[in-house]
Amino acid sequence: MKYELHPLGDLAVIVHLGDKISEETNVLVRNISLLLEEQPLPGMIEFVPAFTSVTVFYNPLKVLQNGKRNRKRTPDSPYELICGEIESAIHKIGPENKIEARNVKIPVCYGGELGPDIELVAQHNNLTTDEVIEIHTEAEYLVYMIGFAPGFPYLGGMSEKIAAPRKESPRLKIPAGSVGIAGSQTGIYPIETPGGWQLIGQTPLKLFDLDQDPPTLLRAGDKIRFHPISTAEFEKLKGGQE
Amino acid sequence: MKIVKPGLQTTIQDAGRYGYQRFGVIVSGVMDQLVYRIGNLLVGNSNGEACLEMTMKGPEIEFEKDVLVTITGGDFSPKINDGPVKMWRPIYVRAGSVLKFGACTAGCRSYLSVAGGIVVPEIMESRSTYLRAEIGGFEGRALDSGDSLTIGERSERADHIFQQLSDSELPYVESDWFSAAEWGTEANQNGIIRVIQGREWNRFTKESQEKFTNTEFELTPQSDRMGFRFKGERLELSEQVEMISEAVSFGTIQVPSEGNLITLLADRQTTGGYPKIAQIASVDFSKVAQLKPGAKVRFKLVTHKEAEALYLEQERHLQQLEQGISLKLREGGE
Repeated sequence: MKYELHPLGDLAVIVHLGDKISEETNVLVRNISLLLEEQPLPGMIEFVPAFTSVTVFYNPLKVLQNGKRNRKRTPDSPYELICGEIESAIHKIGPENKIEARNVKIPVCYGGELGPDIELVAQHNNLTTDEVIEIHTEAEYLVYMIGFAPGFPYLGGMSEKIAAPRKESPRLKIPAGSVGIAGSQTGIYPIETPGGWQLIGQTPLKLFDLDQDPPTLLRAGDKIRFHPISTAEFEKLKGGQE
Repeated sequence: MKIVKPGLQTTIQDAGRYGYQRFGVIVSGVMDQLVYRIGNLLVGNSNGEACLEMTMKGPEIEFEKDVLVTITGGDFSPKINDGPVKMWRPIYVRAGSVLKFGACTAGCRSYLSVAGGIVVPEIMESRSTYLRAEIGGFEGRALDSGDSLTIGERSERADHIFQQLSDSELPYVESDWFSAAEWGTEANQNGIIRVIQGREWNRFTKESQEKFTNTEFELTPQSDRMGFRFKGERLELSEQVEMISEAVSFGTIQVPSEGNLITLLADRQTTGGYPKIAQIASVDFSKVAQLKPGAKVRFKLVTHKEAEALYLEQERHLQQLEQGISLKLREGGE
């Protein structure tokens, strides 16, 4: 595995795994994340996976104490010690460590009040709304990372055929569960926030739920598919959750 | 204790919400960790108890029980029952007393720590307020008039000094010893912020690198717990770079395309996609957290090794402070 380590200030280190967003790099990100989750490094506070990197936040004092205990190298730089820990952790990952992606199905009620911009997206691409739904539901999407807001998935895999620019002036309130398009990206709003995405539908599923552990429905590395549901099904599913 | 007037932005915060950034949950927590830690030490709290973070204009608070409190950080001219009180020391306050604040004469963020801590439900292992998602703290929001806050049980350590100070008829008693660490000293107010080179440092033009380290930047009013915006010389990349979002941290200095600086702080998003020219050395986080809009700063480059050494020195200093304070707290009871 090829990687580079760089400091992010004096309390974190970034493990860089590539310069391009790709499924292969995402597998490396997931492998390291899984390892860090199962075997946290001594002194590590937390780790943050992203498109092509994993960042490890650490407590330098604890890293140093651990280094002294193990008499590893010259324990004077917490950064060097944590880099050593990361290197030996990465070396443990063999090619056989391929994690199966979880498949998650996301029901979406397209159009109408729940997806007020679907007409716009259709017109922009010279399509009918049914064609937009078809194209949006036939693709498989990869969750590259969670960020921006609690539980917000950065998804890869949307067809350029339904790409649409952001709204010129953002909406002040977008309801939780809204499914939108911005440029050639699609996403789901986990919590009510302002935003400029074109809204094509809404899912009754909760993407961020404090009563669950972990609190998010999706995780980096998941493969997701959308499928259309009626307003009645939407209401039923939504009602069933509360 | 009851909030009579809320002040400008008063929130419940602790050290922060860790371990959930990978789910898109921001860290939050106090802006000034150093001052917050000293506050907890002074009232015998274990590290991590929640406090009130006050910004520029403090609240008015009525205490419904006898308490041991301390005020650390920015100087907002605190008064109890209209008598000025000193900061950076334990203060015994009798039930019925009212704490008010006046002009902000130094710093920008002041902290009220109470022995026993402020008790609100822990959400994802933290009591910090995450304003945007309306999670944590007091109902996920800044405090308002009429809010009533619960105070936890004092530690044994705090009880010694509480008993000693309460041994009079006075409505409030300040301890005669105090501890302000390096805070507020000249070295801390000189406006020099130490930084190390960021990941994209080399992508900036030579001229921009020089402007960054040799000219002054001013903190704009478009600054909050999420980040500080500075205005000054425009900084440019030698060529446009395609950035891929990755994790950012407290003190990351980004340069969006319009060329001004943004320093990310406690309520920053978990990841960012702007070029990072520099990263503030953690030893100067407290200094940055206390800047007021209009403040002028200069950035001084240090090496990563120097930043580490400065961090360790500050931690050692805090350990000494902790030992000194626990000694004083013990003596308090004898």
